[in-house]
Amino acid sequence: MTDDTRAATGTTGTGTAAGQQISDTFTGSEGASAALKPKDQKGTTVKGIQAAAIPAFVAGQELADLGETDPRIVVLTADLAGAGRTADFRDRHPDRFFNMGVAEQNMISVAAGMAASGLRPYLSTFAAYVALLGCEQIRTDLAYPGLPVRILAHHSGMSLGYYGTSHHSLEDLSAMRAIADLTVVCAADANQLRAILRASLDLAGPLYIRLGRGRDPEVYPEVPAGFAFGRAIRLTEGRDLTLITTGSQVRPCLDAAALLAEDGLAVRVVDMHTISPINADEAIAAATETAAVMTVEEHNVTGGLGSAVAEVLLEAGAAVPFRRHGVPDEHVVLGPPAALYAHYELDAAGIAGRARRFLAP
Amino acid sequence: MATEARTGAPLPARGTAERAQLISLLTDKAKLVRRETVRLTRIAGAGHYTGTFSAAELFAALYYAQLRYRPGEPGWPDRDRFVLSKGHAAIGLYPVLADVGFFDPALLDNYTRLHSRFGDHPDMRKIPGIDFSSGSLGHGLSTTLGMTLAARVQGRSYRSYVILGDGELCEGQVWEAAMAAGHYRAGSLVAIVDRNQLSIDGPTESIMGVEPLDEKFRAFRWRVQRIDGHDFDAILDAFAGLGTDPHGPPQMIIADTVKGRGVQRMELDTNWHVGNLVGADYDDVLAEIEAGLQPVTAGRDGQAGGGDD
Repeated sequence: MTDDTRAATGTTGTGTAAGQQISDTFTGSEGASAALKPKDQKGTTVKGIQAAAIPAFVAGQELADLGETDPRIVVLTADLAGAGRTADFRDRHPDRFFNMGVAEQNMISVAAGMAASGLRPYLSTFAAYVALLGCEQIRTDLAYPGLPVRILAHHSGMSLGYYGTSHHSLEDLSAMRAIADLTVVCAADANQLRAILRASLDLAGPLYIRLGRGRDPEVYPEVPAGFAFGRAIRLTEGRDLTLITTGSQVRPCLDAAALLAEDGLAVRVVDMHTISPINADEAIAAATETAAVMTVEEHNVTGGLGSAVAEVLLEAGAAVPFRRHGVPDEHVVLGPPAALYAHYELDAAGIAGRARRFLAP
Repeated sequence: MATEARTGAPLPARGTAERAQLISLLTDKAKLVRRETVRLTRIAGAGHYTGTFSAAELFAALYYAQLRYRPGEPGWPDRDRFVLSKGHAAIGLYPVLADVGFFDPALLDNYTRLHSRFGDHPDMRKIPGIDFSSGSLGHGLSTTLGMTLAARVQGRSYRSYVILGDGELCEGQVWEAAMAAGHYRAGSLVAIVDRNQLSIDGPTESIMGVEPLDEKFRAFRWRVQRIDGHDFDAILDAFAGLGTDPHGPPQMIIADTVKGRGVQRMELDTNWHVGNLVGADYDDVLAEIEAGLQPVTAGRDGQAGGGDD
């Protein structure tokens, strides 16, 4: 990872207002990074956005807080302490922080050895390099021995925009959910990430936490109470359509539901934060209680949330109109994140448009 | 077997009666490793003979002379850790774990059969005394480094040992871990390379050269010893010579060995990486093992030497 990469991914670009998608102005310049850093660290704002509303930005803070009372917590990164904000943990618990350099596979297995010795390691790096490059280590060294290692896979999906396919992670859900004994969860915003991290303390086995770029707008105004892995959250109620979504797509789905309401359509939005184990009952409820089901994810349509829901519905004999919406099975075109979301109809307007076409007779 | 096999007491010095007595015990235990490998292979129908035989003296020296552990308390937090990164030699490790008291040796009688705890590669969730599951080459140095760093975080004083294969060193992750161990000055990490000269397809130096190993690890900021891995005096001296500073350089013991050592027909012969002895051959090989190590003859795929004693 070059300095430029880290600067660009960690601290630059213009923030977004709640309800919007990631900004077009994804500059990646060193200057912007330096200018923003002091503000980030004070936890105030990043170009007007509350730092607390930015998922990846709270990981280090929350872990540092949890680390005050739980001495088992250690944090590892692969030269991305800034981008993943684990630097906040490093500053408060330097003896329990390990920068492993740009060597993700080693990092995963080192964390496994730590967990086997009684620690609770949280490792943080780009989703593409932990889930795809480190897939075999996750299966063999974390899931097979059932070790309590937590993976913070940030900058998932195509949130790295014009960095291109090498930095995108549009296959991770598919790969991760095929691994036995691995819990796979997506954080929609900062407060949900805090809930996930708190719940992770009591989870016996390994956990894959999928995060966005660190600019995801707010979904949950406060840390959701009673968060439980595998229990989806119904955010809005409606009978005409259910949008089953996860992670970075929860906010745009809520906004799409608002747009569809203007057309007179009542839309249920389900935050299926846990992809494995999938909450089958909630998917089946959508199929039986609403007129149609569409899944929405920032992931290749093959193998992710949509596939998981399709498996559930078909096996349950549900005869509901069903569509998967996500990134088509292609290497995405080049562009800034917001332009990509618009291009692939994964912003609020795009999702609403897809839904209208799906529901049109 | 005692609850605690060793307490970190100094090893008896070379040339003393106590050393001779210890080596006599270790020689018997190396025979146990080879004998049981042959027996268990027959149960499974095929087994990794040669890469296990090359490590027989190392297993014996670790478990009967060096490691600190409690067979009755496999999870004892202060035990020394041992990871068999070349997991395919587990067939020779299981009998040792049984013999020192981690589990009933009779459990091995259904080795690899349906629902057995004991497969060709070891599973830490099923086998007391296995500190980490292995089988996928290249992972073990990393997991052992994790155990070493955990000791540092927790203020514990155990050492963490790992045996790597020489063919395994082709895996890039080994070098990621080697770099990290040097960087973190993981002085209580002890890695042993079973340098048995052959990987599956042939001599390592013709398939993918790994030498000069000592220079490579020194360049990665390790302290390196290079010994004859079938000579108990040399192995015990290497153990006695390990540094004791947990913040010192990580410690490498390159054990020059002979793949298949102890059964002449298998020595330095790639055909026996996986095999199965039948009929009279089975009995002949057991007799040869009981007779003890003889001088190495040039094998089909390599030169005698290195580990010859």
